[in-house]
Amino acid sequence: MNKPSSIRKTPLYALHVELGAKMVPFAGYDMPIQYPGGIIKEHQHTRTHAGLFDVSHMGQILLSGPNITRELERLLPVDLEALDTDQQSYAVLTTSSGGILDDLIVTRFSEDVFFLVVNAACKQQDIEHLRNNLGADIQIETLTDRALIALQAPNAYKVMAKLAPATNDLVFMHGCRTVISGVECYVTRSGYTGEDGFEISLPAAQSESVARLILSFDEIEPIGLGARDSLRLEAGLCLYGHDMDCTTSPIEAALLWSISKSRRPDGSKAGGFIGAEEIFSQIRNGASRKRVGLAVAGRVPVREGARLVNSAGEEIGSVTSGGFGATLNAPVALGYVGSEFSKVGTQLFALVRDKKIPVTVAKTPSVPQRYYRG
Amino acid sequence: MRNTKYTDEHEWVAMEGDIATIGLTDFAQQQLGDIVFVDLPEIGSELEKGEEAAVVESVKAAGEIKSPIAGTVIEVNKQLVEAPDRINLDPMGDGWFIKLKCSDSAALVELMDEDAYTELVNQS
Repeated sequence: MNKPSSIRKTPLYALHVELGAKMVPFAGYDMPIQYPGGIIKEHQHTRTHAGLFDVSHMGQILLSGPNITRELERLLPVDLEALDTDQQSYAVLTTSSGGILDDLIVTRFSEDVFFLVVNAACKQQDIEHLRNNLGADIQIETLTDRALIALQAPNAYKVMAKLAPATNDLVFMHGCRTVISGVECYVTRSGYTGEDGFEISLPAAQSESVARLILSFDEIEPIGLGARDSLRLEAGLCLYGHDMDCTTSPIEAALLWSISKSRRPDGSKAGGFIGAEEIFSQIRNGASRKRVGLAVAGRVPVREGARLVNSAGEEIGSVTSGGFGATLNAPVALGYVGSEFSKVGTQLFALVRDKKIPVTVAKTPSVPQRYYRG
Repeated sequence: MRNTKYTDEHEWVAMEGDIATIGLTDFAQQQLGDIVFVDLPEIGSELEKGEEAAVVESVKAAGEIKSPIAGTVIEVNKQLVEAPDRINLDPMGDGWFIKLKCSDSAALVELMDEDAYTELVNQS
């Protein structure tokens, strides 16, 4: 099949092909959606053993300069001052109308240096946004020569204990510099599967040898984007462009937790970020719609775009991502509903091929998160 | 002897007398990936040629089985409802979908034989 010539490859492309991956275009990259074992086996293997994910398509951006903390706090509603060196936080880049430009992980490398990991599909736009909104004395460097791999789930720490023992002292959302098999790496205890795990930023040129070393452990299998999606869905984690975008606020997206307490309306440094006015208005008055988890009756997957109706048959929302949760052995979905329908336990219906599939507003995560907090 | 024919939508039809067993090909199940849900027609349904006979959902996508020939549904593979992975494991055997009593078995002539189908798959 012909693929557009502009499609990009990660440094691990050849390894994916060698491992028998089915490659698909995703966010401008040729990415492995699955390996020969299939999505369900990969998903289950990750939850019970551990999996290796190539997330090199994501953007790695270094920001530095005097006042970077204050400058970046105008773009991210997070208390960056309170972050210790090597501590990280989930955050959203807000728009002037209170929407979400992207979601990301910000890590404090040192007093005046921050490291962002942003979504692949958003990275150009994010860099422009950073350039346009940060002072001229802030350096913005895109680390195009680095790969990013994630080692996720219960046995991940055992493998890391052998490769880089210091990383076992990390707790969730903390990182450290280390060396794996002679390769300089920045390792954080984080990920997007709801499991304990690590993300490893390393030089692209050496990433394949490190990935092969990790895969040489019996408990590690390579895991594609398909299982990554079903794992994060079960963990109740949002996917940008699906469960949130420029038209949804952090309040509507049920991401108030991502706004530091000190940056909220009655916090010690309330506001002062782009779109704060609209977001604060929603915090005070409530949003008209909310992102919720949906438990689906039966086995039919309820997918993105499916309309949600109430018992009277009135359309009250839609599904923004959905699929089959291999750990739940049931369909799992996230969607937006009118706020009056957002209470856990509310009975609704999703329309799938004009059939009404019963769904119930449910707590997220659907599968308990197992982060390592020390 | 079973006379198995194929469609360009990656279904197979095996004829024995005027009874047609219909399923998805190995190529189709590979393309769909892990199948997690199947919706089968009711016994007694009259299907036109090209009419939706069943729905499959994999972890990745939804697909439909169109009846390659006209007929009446006389049996469905109920096992698939609880174990849709049979389609992945044995698409040409245990993973069959429905049996039709054909009203026009002559229509089978228009479908591909195995060689023609293999060629189609190799081209895609």
